[in-house]
Amino acid sequence: MTTVQGTGTAALSVDGPILVAEHVTMRFGGLTAVDSVSFRVMPGEIVGLIGPNGAGKTTFFNCLTGLYLPTSGRVVFNGQVLPPKPRKVVQAGMARTFQNIRLFSNMTALENVMVGRYCRTSAGPFTSIIRGPKFRREERETRERAQQLLDFVGLGHTTDSLARNLPYGDQRRLEIARALATDPKLVLLDEPTAGMNPQETRQAEELIFKIRDQGLAVVVIEHDMRFIFNLCDRVLCLVQGKALIEGTPAEVQSDPRVIEAYIGTGPDDAAALESELEEGQPDA
Amino acid sequence: MINIRRLVTPELQQRYNRQGRILGLVGGVLLIIAPFLPWAYSSDALDNMTVLGYPSPLQFFGLALGVIISAFLVLQQALTQRQKKRVRVGWVPGAKAAATGALIYIALILLSIAAELGGLVNIVYGGWIALVGALLAFIGTRLIPAGRTPTLAAATAPAPLEILAIAVMMAAALFAAAFALNHDDAGSFVTFIAFVGAVVAVMIRSGVMGWLSAVSQRYRKVLIFSAFVVAFMFPFTQGGSDANMSIATQVMIFAATAMGLNIVVGLAGLLDLGYIAFLGAGAFVAAILSRSAFSTVGFHPPFIVVVLISGTVAATLGLIIGSPTLRVSGDYLAIVTLAFGEIFRISMNNLDGTDGPLLTRGSNGIPAIPDLVLFGFNFAQRHELLGIPLGRFSNYYFLLLLVLGLIILVFTRLNNSRIGRGWVAIREDEKAAEAMGVNVFGLKLFAFAGGAFLAGVAGSVKAHQDISVTPDQYVFLESAFLLAAIVLGGMGTVLGVLVGATLLKLMPEKLRFVNEYRLLIFGLLLVLMMRFRPEGLIPNQRRQLEFHEEDEELAERISEEIAETGTVKGAT
Ligand SMILES: Nc1ncnc2c1ncn2[C@@H]1O[C@H](COP(=O)(O)OP(=O)(O)O)[C@@H](O)[C@H]1O
Ligand SMILES: [Mg+2]
Repeated sequence: MTTVQGTGTAALSVDGPILVAEHVTMRFGGLTAVDSVSFRVMPGEIVGLIGPNGAGKTTFFNCLTGLYLPTSGRVVFNGQVLPPKPRKVVQAGMARTFQNIRLFSNMTALENVMVGRYCRTSAGPFTSIIRGPKFRREERETRERAQQLLDFVGLGHTTDSLARNLPYGDQRRLEIARALATDPKLVLLDEPTAGMNPQETRQAEELIFKIRDQGLAVVVIEHDMRFIFNLCDRVLCLVQGKALIEGTPAEVQSDPRVIEAYIGTGPDDAAALESELEEGQPDA
Repeated sequence: MINIRRLVTPELQQRYNRQGRILGLVGGVLLIIAPFLPWAYSSDALDNMTVLGYPSPLQFFGLALGVIISAFLVLQQALTQRQKKRVRVGWVPGAKAAATGALIYIALILLSIAAELGGLVNIVYGGWIALVGALLAFIGTRLIPAGRTPTLAAATAPAPLEILAIAVMMAAALFAAAFALNHDDAGSFVTFIAFVGAVVAVMIRSGVMGWLSAVSQRYRKVLIFSAFVVAFMFPFTQGGSDANMSIATQVMIFAATAMGLNIVVGLAGLLDLGYIAFLGAGAFVAAILSRSAFSTVGFHPPFIVVVLISGTVAATLGLIIGSPTLRVSGDYLAIVTLAFGEIFRISMNNLDGTDGPLLTRGSNGIPAIPDLVLFGFNFAQRHELLGIPLGRFSNYYFLLLLVLGLIILVFTRLNNSRIGRGWVAIREDEKAAEAMGVNVFGLKLFAFAGGAFLAGVAGSVKAHQDISVTPDQYVFLESAFLLAAIVLGGMGTVLGVLVGATLLKLMPEKLRFVNEYRLLIFGLLLVLMMRFRPEGLIPNQRRQLEFHEEDEELAERISEEIAETGTVKGAT
């Protein structure tokens, strides 16, 4: 995987980091779910976010995307401080998927992706009612782009299927297509392979590489260690809301504190982690 | 129904198939013969059913059902012998529906005769023969196995034929509307509705309805055009009489308002319990700006300007109510709009010059609003077209048809656009929609204020048509009826809401007992709907799925249909 690490950075136009999070803290009453986490993502980078259950990974995503207003700290995206509004965040170029899939289940696959185009299109009430050539062109382009994205994630055949009728793995990929439809510079994927079989996981891995090759930065939360270590340029490990260690997959993998953190959450997790670490070894 | 299904087992049907066929045929033939015999002793009940050898219209409908039963049974026998065709017509299910319908229809007629003439003794032998025929047909058809489900919907015919089918369907609708409105007595009206219901059931069961709806999808433009032609022609069937046209204009206003509310409720998914206040706001603005002697201001612009002002005032009210409330969760909107409806009524009552500034003349309202004059066309006058006189209400009817058409246009076009997709996304998962860049608050506010604008426009026409505007016309109950029309017909659909609005407005006008107990009847109706068909009479497929989250089979079927037609049915 080292070869991919070396050649992957396709977007060279921006020099500085695309995302900078400074001391982001999120408290729920007495619970500090995210504790002064600082973090940066360079363009064209794939960054992994790991940590035991309840470590605050999803909460951190929510802080980044404006779903939560952090108790303190700030998030700078593409050189500007993000307003805590999901819509504005998407507009600025950061899109996400959800850990528990949140598709528009009674819309078709194509319609789901077309909704993703909302923030990049402009047809207002009057244009929509009068339907001039501009409206029809925009509508056609939206449709074509959505179909392209379905093809891109390998769902080209599901265009008219209702999202709820898709198999689980396809639903995860559809969420990625929907996120890509917003023309993001950075995508945040929250456990994109949860519930997938090994073959689907490999497909997801390829898909994430493909996304990066389009010049996008990717931050991905995962439990599958092998997946993370194959995929990522850099890994951040969160434990109990705190950034435990950040470094290359190899560094994080060999750090005893990471293993300890997983052991602390229960024997099952730790055993799984250790076996996964071993499996990941030859690939890394 | 359930009992009958349990009673008549498939084994029983297998055994008595032949007997059932014969019974059904005998019943059908009796139903054909009976209309030529007298049914009643006096012609005072329903239409004239005393004549031998000459069926009255209502008897003729019984005959039609008899023909359907017999023909379907014979055709099924004749055609299934040569079982080669891919297209299957549901002959037996159709015959079953016709027989059930006939039984209800004949029973209703006999009951009406008995009720109106005072006792069963007033029924003559012809009526009893018809009842026996219907009973035999009912029992007989129940004994025949239903066979496989019809596949008629997938059939295609040459284009002219399909367009002709749409035309025939529309002509039938026009005839039905004219017939229903021209029969003033409750008995005729109810029995006719029963007949229409029976025919619709036959069409659904035999697969004809599926085919017609597929054809309508193929020729949407033809369908819409012919629907408007039919609606346009309706006043010409009234021979200059204003009695029914007055009801028809009321239906039109109600339908137009319901269609505006349908944008708010059906598309954006916002529960607005005070919508009638926006209609009232438009009506009061139009009344105050009219040349009525009781108008309270000195400014009387032309009606075109008044329409825009009415709409704008209503939309502004919508913005004022909506902008703080739509930011928080949906339940608050229901409470706030409910309160707004009351505040509106009370305000209009108090703007009478003593409790507040003189604007609406309080509970007396503003009477004597003059009729419209548009481009030199005086709405008060009778006009003659093609030798058929058209009265005052016909004039308003045409104007309202235009307004309704515009609202439907706005509804469908918004629905099929970026904005419409945004609304669906919001209904499906508001958080996810926001996270995908949909302007949730903006779209909600637009639906709410836009809906208010359309109500204001409708209200400005209503003011002139009603001649006077008073606060008590715009109470909560009216909002509730509008919502009921939408729920009954099918949220988010055009056809469903038109049907729902027509039924809810027409029934109390035509049936005194419905009018007296209308709250009770509508309440019961809604409870029954919620239990058996929460998605409405003519559902939007997406809504149907929302109401049946667990029904995977339904989702699968609809998915296939979407793949075939490329659209979500009812969404357009
Ligand atoms: N909205 C919330 N209110 C209160 N507690 C929350 C909320 N969201 C997350 N938490 C808590 O924050 C902690 C971190 O959760 P989460 O970010 O979902 O963990 P992870 O995604 O790493 O498994 C958990 O203890 C969780 O219960
Ligand atoms: Mg999580």
